[in-house]
Amino acid sequence: MIMPILILGILGLAFAIFLTYFNLKMKVEENPLVARIYELMPKGNCGACGLAGCSSFAEQVAEGKVSPEKCTMITAENFSGICEILGVEKKDREKMVARVSCFGGNNSRKKFQYGTLRSCSGLGAIFGTNLECAYGCIGMGDCVEACPVGALRMGENGVPVVDDKSCTGCGICVKACPKNIIRLLPEECKVNVACLSRERGPAVIKVCKSGCIGCGKCVKSCEKEAISIQDNLAVIDYAKCDGCGTCVENCPRKIIFISGIKSEHLA
Amino acid sequence: MFKGGVRISSFKELSKEGEISEFPIPGKVAIALSQHTGLPAKPLVKKGDTVKEGQIIGEPAGFISSYVHSSISGRVTSIENRNLPNGRTSPCVVIERDDTITGGKESGPAKGWDSLSPAEITEAVRQAGIVGMGGAAFPTYVKLSIPSGKKAECVILNACECEPFLTADYRVLTENMEGVLEGLRIICKALSVNKAYVAIESNKKNLAGAIEKHISAMRPLLDAGLRILPERYPQGSEKHLIKSVTCREVPSMGLPIDVGCVVFNVQTALAIKKAVCCGEPLIDRVLTVTGLVKKPGNLRVRIGTPVPDILEACGATLSTGRKLVIGGPMMGVNIPSPDVPVIKSTTGILILPAVPASGKKGINPCIRCSRCIGACPMNLVPAEMGRYAEKKRWDDCRILNINDCIECGCCSYVCPAERPLVDLFKWAKAELRRNGS
Repeated sequence: MIMPILILGILGLAFAIFLTYFNLKMKVEENPLVARIYELMPKGNCGACGLAGCSSFAEQVAEGKVSPEKCTMITAENFSGICEILGVEKKDREKMVARVSCFGGNNSRKKFQYGTLRSCSGLGAIFGTNLECAYGCIGMGDCVEACPVGALRMGENGVPVVDDKSCTGCGICVKACPKNIIRLLPEECKVNVACLSRERGPAVIKVCKSGCIGCGKCVKSCEKEAISIQDNLAVIDYAKCDGCGTCVENCPRKIIFISGIKSEHLA
Repeated sequence: MFKGGVRISSFKELSKEGEISEFPIPGKVAIALSQHTGLPAKPLVKKGDTVKEGQIIGEPAGFISSYVHSSISGRVTSIENRNLPNGRTSPCVVIERDDTITGGKESGPAKGWDSLSPAEITEAVRQAGIVGMGGAAFPTYVKLSIPSGKKAECVILNACECEPFLTADYRVLTENMEGVLEGLRIICKALSVNKAYVAIESNKKNLAGAIEKHISAMRPLLDAGLRILPERYPQGSEKHLIKSVTCREVPSMGLPIDVGCVVFNVQTALAIKKAVCCGEPLIDRVLTVTGLVKKPGNLRVRIGTPVPDILEACGATLSTGRKLVIGGPMMGVNIPSPDVPVIKSTTGILILPAVPASGKKGINPCIRCSRCIGACPMNLVPAEMGRYAEKKRWDDCRILNINDCIECGCCSYVCPAERPLVDLFKWAKAELRRNGS
């Protein structure tokens, strides 16, 4: 009975001495800032900064190689925390969100059905688009798949819907979309024209029930003169827009939305 | 002879004997400004302008681009975006025929071209808006302008027409052999080469005697030879044709000129002859209408002719269970709506039986039978590339030399699991282009 206890005890002691010695001898000096910065990181490992993950981002930030602003997912609070740790001047960060500029989906006429490659970029590479409209959303959901935080979902209409609360503005969906329909806007810019078609009115009506026809009603209704028609498409000047929503009510095509896509239109 | 490829029933009997018939000038044409490889042409006309047959309506926007000419006399009614038979969309100049407008194409007497310098020939070809008429629509004058440091040693006239069903090139060669071979001589002069080959597939053997006679007549001027190649798809592909005719292999990512060869299609050669001798621009082409149609045949149509007009004239109806394919059945495009105009690269219009969709979504798994590897004429490994592309592992695809894929479709044709390999490769190549590698 005594022998096994003795053997195991001595072995354990030997390993303990061995490990303690080498732990002290071979210790890797780590910047103490890294751990503190990492604490404040979102830890989503989304890759939007272009680095391998949040820990490698924290390392690079601590070394001063990368600006902490590169992280798009971080909350304003944690961002100022990192700025404090680094001792740099705090800058106000605008929260960016993804906005989808197409509401075609099922309202848009399809050229053909194609279900072999379930990918927008795949379909785009082979055919350009599956819609009669050259600008519209293909709707295979590359952006939904790419979103690291699950802020995008495919709406009932067949176009992606952004959840403003979860969206961190990382911009990965912007890169994933082959039709360049998604763009990042500051969260305060709530009004969005959900169409990119630069075709003339009759041509748009032919191919899509939800396309901007450039009628100019929004332009007339806007008291702040924030909307103009450029190439048959309503464009909002966010420096002037105050988000009153008059244009949303006046749009005959119901494609101007406040804060993403209005839920009543989805029904 | 190249490795791989597939043997396909040719179905050429349907339209082989049909003499080329002139298709009447249509009432309205839509001429695409981007019907060639490279940058779209810049329009030179606007709505309401009157144009004459053969008038330039679009000028090249860069080095790899082309002139576009009006194929009829009439009035420009609009410039609008239209779907093209290659599945793309391009701005088109829509012209309504007006018979009161005369003049235009001065089909003068054939000029001699012996006194012309190579540069003058190239310029004439450029002015005529000639592009490769075998399907790729690469501007021909670019091919005639050999980059410095390279030297052309031989010219190959591609009369293989390896796609099943198509017979337009065969008919053109049969009916106007003299013109085509004169075109070949002009090309040789423009490139300052003295060696030429005429390559045909063995299913066109009946032309061999006539071709031999013609080329032996011009032998003092040009060292030309006839090559009869076995019937195997893709024999007419540029790189494979060079391999079969000269035993030279175009290097990976290289061009035919890297091995001193330049390949021209039959109709391109004829167009060059017409442009240089008569000053005629490229405003019409011969195409095959075949498949499930009442009157299969070969038609000479104006560029921009609406495809529905041609289908009607040939007694073709698009009912359920049929599909419309523009081009050959292997590399052609199945287009959803026939409402497209003929472009310079439209080699044929086919009505084929449509296999009803199985309703199954997604891609079948690869069963690793390796048939595609045997069929690939580019010595690639389609099975592996397909599996990587499916998982979006683009870099792995690149390592397997996916950029050498010519999208001939042999792998998809032999795949027992019916995997959409060519679609996957097109996707992977586009992604690699987007990521800049």
